[in-house]
Amino acid sequence: MRIAGLTGVDVALDIAGAGSRSYAFVIDWHVRLLLALAWFCGAWLLIKLIGLTLSPLEASSRLLARVAVAPALGIYLFYHPVLEVLMRGRTPGKRRAGVRIVTRNGGTPGLNALLIRNLFRLVDSLPFFYVVGLASCFITEQRVRIGDLAAGTLLVLDSDAAAKTLAQLGSMVAHSGLAPALVELIHDLLERWTSLETGKRDELARSILARLDSAAPAAQLAALSDAELSQRLHQLLETGRIDRA
Amino acid sequence: MNAGSPASAWMKSRSRVWSEWLAQAQSPARELDVEAAQRHIERYRALARDLATARRLLPGSRATAALEALYVGAHAGIDRSARNTGSTLLRLLRDDIPAIIVSLRPTILWLGLLLFASAGAGWWLISTYPDLIALVASEKMIDGVEHGRLWTEGMLNIAPASILSVRILSNNIVVSLFAFCAGIFLGLGAFYITAVNGLMLGAMFAFTHQFGIDGELLKFVLAHGPVELSVVCIAGAAGTALGESLIRPTAPTRRESFQQAASRMARVLFACALLLIGCGLIEGFISPAPTVSLAARAMIGVGYWLFMLLLLSGRVFARHSKPRSLPG
Repeated sequence: MRIAGLTGVDVALDIAGAGSRSYAFVIDWHVRLLLALAWFCGAWLLIKLIGLTLSPLEASSRLLARVAVAPALGIYLFYHPVLEVLMRGRTPGKRRAGVRIVTRNGGTPGLNALLIRNLFRLVDSLPFFYVVGLASCFITEQRVRIGDLAAGTLLVLDSDAAAKTLAQLGSMVAHSGLAPALVELIHDLLERWTSLETGKRDELARSILARLDSAAPAAQLAALSDAELSQRLHQLLETGRIDRA
Repeated sequence: MNAGSPASAWMKSRSRVWSEWLAQAQSPARELDVEAAQRHIERYRALARDLATARRLLPGSRATAALEALYVGAHAGIDRSARNTGSTLLRLLRDDIPAIIVSLRPTILWLGLLLFASAGAGWWLISTYPDLIALVASEKMIDGVEHGRLWTEGMLNIAPASILSVRILSNNIVVSLFAFCAGIFLGLGAFYITAVNGLMLGAMFAFTHQFGIDGELLKFVLAHGPVELSVVCIAGAAGTALGESLIRPTAPTRRESFQQAASRMARVLFACALLLIGCGLIEGFISPAPTVSLAARAMIGVGYWLFMLLLLSGRVFARHSKPRSLPG
């Protein structure tokens, strides 16, 4: 989905699908359950430790309800609205899943929108396990649940790595003197180094090194080990030179 | 593309700035002062320039993608409403909610009528077919009433008033929220919840009437009932407006119409929740207390209902205009 920036430069928002949404929800569900349980167990232990169980059973059960059960329920029920407001459209689960809530203009949603979005969980969670919400995600063009439709919000992919990638690429181009496209290629290859098959990554590394250093004998390149190839590519990005020694 | 290309030269020239942005991104400030906010806006402008340049010099590259992601993040940081909770709350209670209530007035009255009609239907149903009470009341409640005991008797012996209040008010708030949200089913959900509430009320009165304890039930509901039932009608009316926004959209698309209606109508729920907190406290502390007389309950019920009218008409937080003295 494209949005118009305030400077006239428009930009595309990557809408998160049902997978990212569910992943974030599952993480958040575990976090809030653990927090609520931790509070409950902590309060229960505290009541035990300070010996209040010696008082009549009725009084201790009342205290347990007030100090342990009610706050634990509060944590469980208000986790989403409170954290989304405080973290401006994010929760720990959303952060982990790399998603964020934004308005349809790409802005940060306000309190009203976030509360409406959470209010409609009552409908989205019907009849069980968010069936209505998931169905809505599959049907709607922007893959939103009913709460998002009501609040005018979207769940978009959000990466904290953008600034780091940009700074790295800029620095590599500046230090190596290599062409930006080549820097990106080497950067990509090194980033995916461990996930690629050894034979494939070595082949790619050799072809890049051969293109940059046409004087290098093919036999010498073929003799380089996997670790040496990786080391040469790193050296290339840092200094822009290949040290054959 | 060679190393001496404009793209290389440009990336080299921006490398230091991008490193600064990385440092800023890693330690974002929660609250910005004016100078920091201006720097933030400058950074946003610089990002827009860099993005435009990157799209021209390095189309489809990772640098361009990273700049786009940064630009989206900076845009979200700038495009957000100011936080001014106090004045927003005051405006909501003084201006917004009364205006919405005025627009909802006919629907609220119709839903009130539906509630009473359903209560009448419930009364008739249980008076004619007493066995059907099993559909609306639990076995324990039925057994108690058959022995001349209301289920509300001794409520305070089971749970303390504070716990009872929280349980009641949270249940009532959920019912109201659901009456609103159910409006998405073209308004029918809101009708259903209002009608079911009325039906149950009429049925319970008819059932207790058969055993001569309907006066006790009336005594119990008198203090909190008027506001509680009114709030169900108000939340239902707001839900009906949601349904109407889908049936008869007032914006170019049904989605926009629904969004506008939800954003506007949800404000009423804030007042509903406040009123239901009061109802919960009355229902937990006053309604089950045998020492409170009928007259006192009636006064509390009527008084709280009048307070509700004042709150919903914005008079509780109305501006007190002082006569201005002329200069000179």
